[in-house]
Amino acid sequence: MKAVGIILAGGNNSRMQELSHKRAIAAMPVGGSYRSIDFALSNMSNSHVQTVAVLTQYSARSLNEHLSSSKWWDFGRKQGGLYVFNPTVTVDNSWWYRGTADAMYQNISFLKQRHEPYVIITSGDCVYKIDYNKILDYHIDKKADVTVVCKDMDKGMDVSRFGVVRMNEDARIIEFEEKPMVSQSNTISAGIYIMRRRQLIEMLERSAAENRWDFVTDILIRYKNMKRIYGYKMQEYWNNIATVESYYQTNMDFLKPEVRNYFFRDEPKIYSKVDDLPPAKYNVGSDIRNSLIASGCIINSKVENSILFKKVFVGKNCVIKNSIILNDVYIGDNTHIENCIVESRDTLKANTYYCGDNGIKIVFENNARYVL
Amino acid sequence: MDVVRKEMIAMLLAGGQGSRLGVLTAKVAKPAVAFGGKYRIIDFPLSNCINSGIDTVGVLTQYQPLRLNSHIGIGIPWDLDRNSGGVSVLPPYERSVNSEWYTGTANAIFQNMDYMESYHPEYVLILSGDHIYKMDYEVMLDFHKENNADVTIATMPVPLEEAGRFGIVIADENKKIEEFEEKPEHPRSNLASMGIYIFSWDVLKEALFAMKDQSGCDFGKHIIPYCHEKGQRLFAYEYNGYWKDVGTLGSYWEANMELIHLIPEFNLYEEYWKIYTKSDIIEPQYLSADSVVERCIIGSGSEIYGEVYGCVIGAGVTIGKGTVVRDSIIMKDTRIGDNVVIDKSIIAENCRIGNNVTLGVGDEVPNKLNESVYSFGLVTVGEDSVIPDGVSVGKNTAISGVTEQADYPNGILASGEAIIKAGD
Repeated sequence: MKAVGIILAGGNNSRMQELSHKRAIAAMPVGGSYRSIDFALSNMSNSHVQTVAVLTQYSARSLNEHLSSSKWWDFGRKQGGLYVFNPTVTVDNSWWYRGTADAMYQNISFLKQRHEPYVIITSGDCVYKIDYNKILDYHIDKKADVTVVCKDMDKGMDVSRFGVVRMNEDARIIEFEEKPMVSQSNTISAGIYIMRRRQLIEMLERSAAENRWDFVTDILIRYKNMKRIYGYKMQEYWNNIATVESYYQTNMDFLKPEVRNYFFRDEPKIYSKVDDLPPAKYNVGSDIRNSLIASGCIINSKVENSILFKKVFVGKNCVIKNSIILNDVYIGDNTHIENCIVESRDTLKANTYYCGDNGIKIVFENNARYVL
Repeated sequence: MDVVRKEMIAMLLAGGQGSRLGVLTAKVAKPAVAFGGKYRIIDFPLSNCINSGIDTVGVLTQYQPLRLNSHIGIGIPWDLDRNSGGVSVLPPYERSVNSEWYTGTANAIFQNMDYMESYHPEYVLILSGDHIYKMDYEVMLDFHKENNADVTIATMPVPLEEAGRFGIVIADENKKIEEFEEKPEHPRSNLASMGIYIFSWDVLKEALFAMKDQSGCDFGKHIIPYCHEKGQRLFAYEYNGYWKDVGTLGSYWEANMELIHLIPEFNLYEEYWKIYTKSDIIEPQYLSADSVVERCIIGSGSEIYGEVYGCVIGAGVTIGKGTVVRDSIIMKDTRIGDNVVIDKSIIAENCRIGNNVTLGVGDEVPNKLNESVYSFGLVTVGEDSVIPDGVSVGKNTAISGVTEQADYPNGILASGEAIIKAGD
């Protein structure tokens, strides 16, 4: 592959509410067995991108733990590999990453030392599967300076949390607005960009000289008339999990057979860190309907339209409905959980009731757990 | 110059066919047979090794080693990918003179003398790849050292009335072994040998050389008696945990079913002493709106649309709509059609069972092909087999290979019959 990969994984979003307290969005559990960043990492690996840098900043401990070995995504190689760049104090810099462009600028020596002619930039909070080679071919074909992967969202959907673009008939981007209040277009940027490595270095250095730190507003939008910025429309599944609603919806999408087959059964596969957990166990009293259950779970109750991540214990006479239970949660007997997201490693006492009445409730207890 | 020294290395005997598992081992060695919805039998001794701090393991293979080789690889799942030591797969090999297959357990170890020598061990642990158990070999080694033993044999107490099925060890109050009895009619002790030995290296080496011309040289039959006759210090280490021989279809089925219990005697869900395995299917499992699942363990990535009671289901299995499966073992990647009824069956990996099939009906009749193997009322289906739509299969039956309607007279395979279309 002629490109080096960069995954922007430093971000936090207040619209993730309490879910972002524990970890960066890129480390959010998705689809029962994965972390959000697994999708970008697996796409890189499956596209034969051998060198990938992950830029982290906000609450990176969980993410670093997930990335502690690169072997799961096949990056443990002599050529290239997985690099994790946290902000670091140096002789001439003592700043945190002040924006996405700054994050890359602070690691510009990495970019300069590589020899691959292209760079693929993506973010760690999107759920999708794509062959980056297809986009690179398109990029070369269009003689573009920058190619932005775009996605048409459903008509009428609120796109105000995305970058919204408009292209001309040649697919050149003629309008690019970041998080507009009102928008005429429903084509959004999927946060995946391809450009020449030298082009990126040049843009980053110039922006830094002008004290501009954001890749979208300070580079893409400012350069859009000067440089040939093209849009590549992806038709495949794509979702971004930056808000509680989108996080919930993206997970629930995996209950649909087409989404499940697409990610779970169709090649190429999505990889993740392997936990050595036993198979899920269903005791007497378990009654599971339309749900995804990860390994290591032990279930004694009713579960409906829900996703149970790894190692969840569900006691007797519980009802779990339309909910997402993250890793390693213990649920005591006679508990009712409806329209909730239960934070990982939580312990829910017996005889409790949780129900999201207007939207999704995030359950975030701090009970001590007694393990026999 | 100093040399690599490992205090104890393990030699894991994984070359046997396990012919009493019938069609399950037609294409794979017994240690590679799936167990417990996720694992293979060899995962248990391998995990025991790494959990006991043994980082050098030689795995001796001979019969159908392909699956075993790809499963073990360079040992990553068990953390046995090491700069020094780690896991090595040791098949028999050609030499300038006297090339031969492994003719017996001790002969296999003898043929790998160079491998063992290269680690300069003080002790060698001999294991077999066909038991389900969790055991700390380090505790056994401590026992060996405390007693200044030459050979330590792991034993476990069995009910006296069953002792006649085992190799029995008679030891004094200090656990020093006085006598052996192989499958005695009137056992004088209830300590059964588990086929797990620790040898002091010099003792093992001397015995292997002394017995090198013995044909089919075997630990139980030749090496241990040789050491005993020479007056060496043999001790019986008593193990009291869960240990299950899964050598027959009946015991294999039973050991799987025991995992389903509310709190199983052999608990895979404990944090302590994890069992590791290579898992290439990691996605969660899906249970549809019509599914019923009770008293089961189910592996990753399986999709259940039917009803499953009291089963051990592997990874990537599909069970169709309207299908009812009871008391069965279904292994990895097998697909079962719609409206199928399955009772007390063992279905190996990557099988295709058509729609409207019935497995395990009728009366128990002794199997005509091999009465002692295919009994226990089980239906046994070998890996990569295909069973066509609409057929009915009785008890004590075996099916292997791609079968068609024509193989089932009137759409029925009666109890006690077998269809073997694959294999050598």
